[in-house]
Amino acid sequence: MNNAIEAYDLRKSYGQVKALDGIDLSVEKGKILGVLGPNGAGKTTLVKILTTLTHPDSGRCLVAGFDVVSQARQVREKIGLTGQTTAIQEELTGAENLEIMARLYHMPKKAAKLKALELLERFDLVDAKDRAAKTYSGGMKRRLDLAASLVGSPSILFLDEPTTGLDPRARIGMWKVIENLVGGGTTLLLTTQYLDEADELADEIIVIDKGKIIAKGTSDELKRNIGGDVLNVQVAHENDLTEVSLALEKLAAATATISREELIVRVGVGSRGSAALAEALRELDRLQISIADISLRRPSLDDVFLSLTGHAPTEGANPQGSNVGRGRKKSSDER
Amino acid sequence: MNASPISETISDAVVIAKRDLLVWLRVPSFIFFSIIQPVMFVLLFRYVFGGAINVPNAGGYVDFLMPGIIAQSAAFASFGTAIGLAKEIQLGVVDRFRSMPMARSAVINGRLLADTLRIAITTLVILFVGILVGFRFHDSLLEAISMIVLAIVFGVVITIVSAYCGIALKNEESVQSFGLVWLFPLTFVSSAFVPVQSMPGWMQVFANNQPVTIVVNAMRNLALGQPSGHDVLLSAIWLIAIAAVFTPLAVRSFSKIS
Repeated sequence: MNNAIEAYDLRKSYGQVKALDGIDLSVEKGKILGVLGPNGAGKTTLVKILTTLTHPDSGRCLVAGFDVVSQARQVREKIGLTGQTTAIQEELTGAENLEIMARLYHMPKKAAKLKALELLERFDLVDAKDRAAKTYSGGMKRRLDLAASLVGSPSILFLDEPTTGLDPRARIGMWKVIENLVGGGTTLLLTTQYLDEADELADEIIVIDKGKIIAKGTSDELKRNIGGDVLNVQVAHENDLTEVSLALEKLAAATATISREELIVRVGVGSRGSAALAEALRELDRLQISIADISLRRPSLDDVFLSLTGHAPTEGANPQGSNVGRGRKKSSDER
Repeated sequence: MNASPISETISDAVVIAKRDLLVWLRVPSFIFFSIIQPVMFVLLFRYVFGGAINVPNAGGYVDFLMPGIIAQSAAFASFGTAIGLAKEIQLGVVDRFRSMPMARSAVINGRLLADTLRIAITTLVILFVGILVGFRFHDSLLEAISMIVLAIVFGVVITIVSAYCGIALKNEESVQSFGLVWLFPLTFVSSAFVPVQSMPGWMQVFANNQPVTIVVNAMRNLALGQPSGHDVLLSAIWLIAIAAVFTPLAVRSFSKIS
């Protein structure tokens, strides 16, 4: 049995809403699967089924080789869950939070204390261990929350949007922590709305939208599928934009786009990225056009998402935005 | 399916209860609501309103008041339960517990256990303050203990109702305002603070037949050494009935959280 997680045709509806509409997936032991999708795509429902919190309407799912419905207890012995909210007791200290978790895993008192200390060290919280968790920064709370899900030494860990709401520095800190986890052989299923996060962490990615998997593969495969590389040239003088654009179009045999504000010309160059780059440099040099910058960009997962779903991935992530209905509030319906 | 062994059901509930009590001790406002506030109520009614309220019993208003205020405090202590549960569901604490190999019932059982202890402590503190300001039991120790036990059982039953509200509403603010909507009329439109005879006739109909009055009357009769058998029996029937309705409701909505 090489797969830590296997799911076949999972379906779950809440009233008229099909939260999951036939999901198949498998995750090899020790790998990271990124589940990418916008708010309301069904990510949280998927995590809830895999972690035995809710039953699927139909379909079958094995976690660590056990059926999530009929062998829920065995599944729970093997998994850890970090949800979207920090599920810690803010009035209690970091150490107390972890000790209580350890006691609920039925460790004796002394072992519970040691386990708590070990995790506090590992997550760089030793200095704050005797302070109430409500005094922690956002990043520290998330680390404590993650530590709490590791108390039972799970072999499979579920992280539901582990960096939502964190500032960029704390996010990157969290990524490092997550990368180290997998170094220890833990299998990880991670949901995210952030494409760069999936790109950075996941071995394999599934993109889900409206309860269906709309694409799967490694980050490179997904990018390759939606088209080639893009050459960006930033000129020093605005007058050169048209000339550069014509030159690049001829070279790439494709239509270029001009951004006047940024002084950038973009053109798709298919799969001959670096050759095209060298050619462009020679040509611009011959034309004696001074350039501020030239770069080759592989398509981002944002581009992947846009081309797959026809809408941007972060749509609705901002509650103040025009798509309030798909916004943050939605997450409670997602359950 | 996946039932936990009894020893685990108990030990997990004890861990949760210890945790809930620890949180209670750490939060000054919780202590305020469960201890300082009832003590202020005792002093307020004893010295400010008490002089204006005529009561028929021996011992005067303070002896009338204490059973009522103990019952009211026990009922109000249940706010903490509802708010606590709603908050934990909101924060995903309950989800995490449910994904762990522990007894799922521990979240509710542990909290009820902690709350029983909390209500007992509150009751004893209020009683102590009451005695300082002149309250006396008129009958034997057995009746005094019976009154205290009835107060605690009443508090626990109301806590079950509150727990159901907390689980069903899942939101701190709505729990708080909804709690006021049902707890205030029940405790104040009762015999807890004033004789029901002083209310308008239509209100007496409600006040005389609702469970808080019945429990308070039973407690008061026990404290004052008046015949109490009938009221105690009626209280027991009410409390068992309320628990029988709300326990399954609470359990059902708890199992449907996700």
